[in-house]
Amino acid sequence: MQLNREALTRAYRQMKLIREFEERLHEEIQTGEIAGFTHLYSGQEAVAVGVCEHLTERDKIVSTHRGHGHCLAKGCDLEGMMKEIWGSQEGLCNGKGGSMHIADIDKGMMGANGIVGAGAPIAVGAAISNKIDGPDENGKLAVSIAFSGDGACNQGTTFEAMNLAVVTKAPAIFVFENNHYSEHTGVDYAVGTANDIASRAEAFGMKVWRADGTDFFAVYDTFREVLEYVRTPGNGPAAVEFDTERFFGHFEGDPQRYRGDGELDRLRAERDCLKIFRASVTGAKLLEDVDLDTIDTESLKAIENAVQASRAAPRPQPENVLDNVYISY
Amino acid sequence: MAKMMYREAIRNTIFQEMQRDERVVVLGEDVAGGMGTAGGPEAIGGIWSTSTGFYDAFGPNRVIDTPISESAIMGAAGGLALAGKRPVAEIMFADFIGVCMDQLWNQIAKFRYMFGGKSVCPAVIRMPVGAGYNAAAQHSQMISQFVTGMPGIKVVMPTTPEDACGLLRQAIRDDDPVVFLEHKFLYAMSGEVNDDPDFCIPFGHARLARAGQDVTIVASGMMVRYAETAADDLAQDGIGCDVIDLRTTSPLDEEAILDSVEVTGRLVVVDEAPPRCSLATDISALVAQKAFASLKAPIEMVTPPHTPVPFARELESAYLPSPAKVAAAVRKTLEYR
Repeated sequence: MQLNREALTRAYRQMKLIREFEERLHEEIQTGEIAGFTHLYSGQEAVAVGVCEHLTERDKIVSTHRGHGHCLAKGCDLEGMMKEIWGSQEGLCNGKGGSMHIADIDKGMMGANGIVGAGAPIAVGAAISNKIDGPDENGKLAVSIAFSGDGACNQGTTFEAMNLAVVTKAPAIFVFENNHYSEHTGVDYAVGTANDIASRAEAFGMKVWRADGTDFFAVYDTFREVLEYVRTPGNGPAAVEFDTERFFGHFEGDPQRYRGDGELDRLRAERDCLKIFRASVTGAKLLEDVDLDTIDTESLKAIENAVQASRAAPRPQPENVLDNVYISY
Repeated sequence: MAKMMYREAIRNTIFQEMQRDERVVVLGEDVAGGMGTAGGPEAIGGIWSTSTGFYDAFGPNRVIDTPISESAIMGAAGGLALAGKRPVAEIMFADFIGVCMDQLWNQIAKFRYMFGGKSVCPAVIRMPVGAGYNAAAQHSQMISQFVTGMPGIKVVMPTTPEDACGLLRQAIRDDDPVVFLEHKFLYAMSGEVNDDPDFCIPFGHARLARAGQDVTIVASGMMVRYAETAADDLAQDGIGCDVIDLRTTSPLDEEAILDSVEVTGRLVVVDEAPPRCSLATDISALVAQKAFASLKAPIEMVTPPHTPVPFARELESAYLPSPAKVAAAVRKTLEYR
C-alpha cells in the first residue's frame, strides 16, 4: 500500500460513485422509467477502479454487458452515462446505445458490449495498434485491456483472442472478473477449470496473476505488476484473474432463485470491497471515517443530480433514428 | 494505363496504399505465408497472391500473419480501426464468415451507430466469393445477401481489374467499414487499369457494361461477365441489352436500374446467391415498387436453386447461372405478351 492521501481518496470516490450509480439504477429500474436490459456492477468496483487508476487515455479498454463500472473508472462522464441509460439525446451515445453500448473513444473506452466474449478480439486489435505505434519516450507501450467475466472465458472468441495476442506479442491484458455466475449458472458447472480461469490464459502461453478482487489494494498492487510487464516491449500479453462478487442478479429483474439462503446478505457483509477498503484505510490511519463519509454524501449528491438531469434531458426525435449509420452513404 | 490481372490490381492497390499511408495494415491467414516454417515468411505470399511481397516490404508490424482464427481476425480489424489504423483484413474464403459473423455484424457494422456517431471504424474486409472450382458447399458461396442486408457496412463487388483497383482504393480511404467481395473466378482475368495512384471509383455508381434498348440485365461480380457474354450473343440476333454492373450493392445505384427499366420495360436480374431474400429479390422488389408502370413483362431472376453448392462438375454447372441461362431469361421476357 503506497498510495498517498489524494490517491486513496480518489480511489474510494471512484468506487463509491460506481456503487451508488448502480444502487440508484436498481431502484429507478423498478419504476419502469428506464427501458431495456441493465446489468449492474455492484460488488465488483475494486476491480474496475484498481485496474483503471493505473491507466492513461492512451490505454484502451473494451468492456462487457456489465460495463457501467468500467466506463466510470475509465473516465466516461457520469451524467452523460446516466442520460444515455435514460435514452436521452444528450446521452453519451445520443440514446442509440443504452446501458450495454456505452463508449467514449476519446477516453480510451471502446465500448461496453452486449455480446458475451465479443470484446477480447477487439481489444487485441487495439493492442496490435499500440504495438505498431511503439513505445513512448519512457520506452513503455500503451496497453489494451479486455475485461471478461467467467461467462466470457468459455467463448471461443476469447480463446482466439488470447492466442492471437500471444502470437503477435500484442500488449493486451485479459482481465477476468470471476464473480462465480455466468448469467444464472455457477462456475463450478460452467467452467471446466472451475475457479481457475487464469490457468486457461497460462495454457495459451501467457504470464498470469491472481488476486482477491474484493480487496482494492490487492487489485491495485497486482495490476501494477501486470502493467509493468505488458508495457515492456517484447513481452506481449498477460492475464489476471480477480475473484469477485456480484451483488445483484445477471440482469435487473432476475429473481436470483439460484442464490443460497442468506448468500446476498453474507456477501454484502463479508465481501463488500467498499467496506473492506474503509476498514483497511481507517485501521491503518491513512484516512478517517469522516473523510469517507464526506465522499459518501458527495457521491449520493452527484448521482441525484445526474438522475434529475436525465429526467429533464431532451429526448431523441424520430428522425434521429437515421443518424450515424454511415459517415457518408 | 497498364494491363494486369484482377488479382494484381488488388495486390498493387493495397501495396500502393500501404506505401502512401502508414496507418494501412494487412492481416489474415497466410497473408505472408510460411511463418514458422523452414520456408520462412513470404514462402506463400497470400494464397490468392494478393499480398505477395508485402511482408518483405513492410515487416511483421504491418503485415500481420494470423493463426486460423477468423473471429480474432475480424475482431482485431475492428479494434485496429477503432484505434486509428486502416486495416485490410482477408477472410480466406467468404464462406468462413459463418465463423466470425458476430464481429462483423454485431460489432464493426454497429459501432458508429451504437456509440452515437462518436467512433470511426475504417476497416476493409476482403473476402473471396463464388463457385466454379468444384470446391463444394463450404468454399464456393456467394454471401452478398448477408452483408448487403447489414446497416453500417458498405459492400463492393468489382468485376473488372480496373474496378477492383479503383473501388479497393476507395474502400481503403473510406471512413466507413467496407466488405470487399472478390470473385475467385475473376482473379486471373486481365484488363487495362488506370495507373493514377489516386484513382478511386466512388461507391453507389453502377457501370453500364453493355448498352441496349430491349432488356435490362442487372448483375454484379462474376455474374456481370455472364451477362456480358449473353448480351453479346443476343446482339447477334438484334436484341439489345443494358448490362448494369452494380459495382457496390450497398450503397445501391437505384437510379441506374430504374432509368434503364423505364426505357426497356423488361428486367433480368442475375445473382449467384440462392434465390430467397437475396440481391435478386431485392432488386426485383425495387423495380416492382418504383418502376411498375414501365414493366412490359414479369421480372426474371437467374439464380442458383435453393440448395447448397454441389461438388460434382455436372451438378455445379447445373447449379450456377450461365450465359445461356441469362440469354434464355432475356428471351423469355421478350416473348411475354
